[in-house]
Amino acid sequence: MYTQAMDIPDESGNPGGKKLSVVPPPQSEQEAAFEARIDADGRIEPQDWMPEAYRKTLVRQISQHAHSEIVGMLPEGNWISRAPSLKRKAILIAKVQDEGGHGLYLYSAAETLGTSRGDMIDGLHSGKAKYSSIFNYPTLNWADVGVIGWLVDGAAIMNQIPLCRCSYGPYARAMIRVCKEESFHQRQGYEALLVMMKGSEAQRRMVQDAVNRLWWKCLAMFGPPDADSPHSAQGMRWGIKRISNDELRQKFIDATVPQAKVLGVTLPDPDLKWNEERGHHDYGQIDWQEFWNTVEGNGPCNKERLATRVKAHKDGQWVRDAALAHAQKQRARADKEAA
Amino acid sequence: MSTAPNDYLLHLADNAVVLGQRDAEWCGHGPILEEDLALANVSLDLIGQARLLYQLAATRIGNGATEDTLAYFRDDTEFRNYTLVELPNHGALVGYAASDRDYATTIVRNFLYSALMVLVWDALQKSPDADLAAIAAKSLKEARYHLHHAADWVVKFGDGTEESHARAQAALDHLFPYTEEFWTPSAAEDAAIASGAATDVRTLRAAWDAIVADTLAEATLKRPDVRGYVPEGKHGRHSEHLSYLLGEMQGLARAHPGATW
Repeated sequence: MYTQAMDIPDESGNPGGKKLSVVPPPQSEQEAAFEARIDADGRIEPQDWMPEAYRKTLVRQISQHAHSEIVGMLPEGNWISRAPSLKRKAILIAKVQDEGGHGLYLYSAAETLGTSRGDMIDGLHSGKAKYSSIFNYPTLNWADVGVIGWLVDGAAIMNQIPLCRCSYGPYARAMIRVCKEESFHQRQGYEALLVMMKGSEAQRRMVQDAVNRLWWKCLAMFGPPDADSPHSAQGMRWGIKRISNDELRQKFIDATVPQAKVLGVTLPDPDLKWNEERGHHDYGQIDWQEFWNTVEGNGPCNKERLATRVKAHKDGQWVRDAALAHAQKQRARADKEAA
Repeated sequence: MSTAPNDYLLHLADNAVVLGQRDAEWCGHGPILEEDLALANVSLDLIGQARLLYQLAATRIGNGATEDTLAYFRDDTEFRNYTLVELPNHGALVGYAASDRDYATTIVRNFLYSALMVLVWDALQKSPDADLAAIAAKSLKEARYHLHHAADWVVKFGDGTEESHARAQAALDHLFPYTEEFWTPSAAEDAAIASGAATDVRTLRAAWDAIVADTLAEATLKRPDVRGYVPEGKHGRHSEHLSYLLGEMQGLARAHPGATW
């Protein structure tokens, strides 16, 4: 579950934080071949030559994506121990585990670009690398789990389906599997909400409360308006980004409004209405100041999320050391026997 | 046809749900991503086993019982799980103490429990209680994986570093006494043996000892001497820890009795 990918500059793939410049016209044969492959909508594979800026952009984007999956385990993990039925508990554990799995193969996809998982994780823990800001908000009632499935994963799918056609082969292939699982999560989340909406008044209140808190955050997940999106033009050129932030956001809103109606919840935007002329829904102003505050580390849960990841890593150091030491000893014993 | 008494089904189900709850505490906090996923898998299997067993018990109990009324609306004194599975994921501390989770405690506990359950499920898959036998056959496959996973890590810890060895030995010293509860049958187990639906767990002891001895030898860890108090969780007399675990697990469901989720 992740979006807003290529729009959040961080220091992981672009040290110094300078804006990436648009690629100069092809100069070498290698560059010409790369450009031609991109123009023909072909795939770039790990062994292929690629411009350094393309590599850095991908490492930044794929590692941000992987970090988002891992940090994203925490808000939903918050409800595993308290899930109100065994069936929902099992579904939730499986779902959070899926997110961890996405993280694992996205780290692997990024490693094909020559950056180790350890380095990427260090980037996350030091605060240099970003992750999706949606995970910096608290999950305050059980319905949040369903709403995350329905809206957050729903928004992620909108952003990720175009990534299945990303020009970088390993990322595109990883996204095909990720998208299948996210679609499943979205339907599970929606189904859980349908059951709650058919239940008691208290259950319906929980759903509405979760929607009220998460709706605007989900719209912000698509990233800043196109006009303010620093990496978009180059991303489009390289076939890393296919559809603009605003287009995706509109698509998400248009798809979600009828789903909300079936569910019987109100989307908390008085300006949300169908515009016959545009053939789309109009919607109100997103609070970008709040969004940027959160991206910059000053949202309600940023510190808790990051500190929790750092602690898990630190507390697990002796476990990883033990595995490594055991493997080395085994190798030494095998070598001795062979000698 | 002999059927297992409901209390015996609940004993098996309670073990699974309580340990599933403990293992799931690692979700998002594992020492490495691969282990985060592995522990979630173990937890999912255990909760799956608990659901099947509760469903079977609920059908036999009737009277509106469901898997969720059995898991969420029984009190701690009605739970019939081994004390071993309810202990926190850290060393010996009182019920309201706070402590970091310790992966050695989790792994050693899973090892001691799954070493028993591969034997119990293997015996139960031949039970004349066909419904229970089917659940046992499925659970056996899972328990074999759990044992493989835990034993592998016990060896890594024992053989790994000085710190991992010390942590694994400390976890063994802490947890081993709780395994004494395995070998003293409860009324439910006695009834299950009498019905012919279950094997006397005492007949499995030698095989369990052998599994434990093999792994500990490879890990260069010492089996602690055990004497004194024998825990009685499966009789409904638990440690200080179970009521906290159930308070957390059952709280939301109990705040909305009768609700469907």
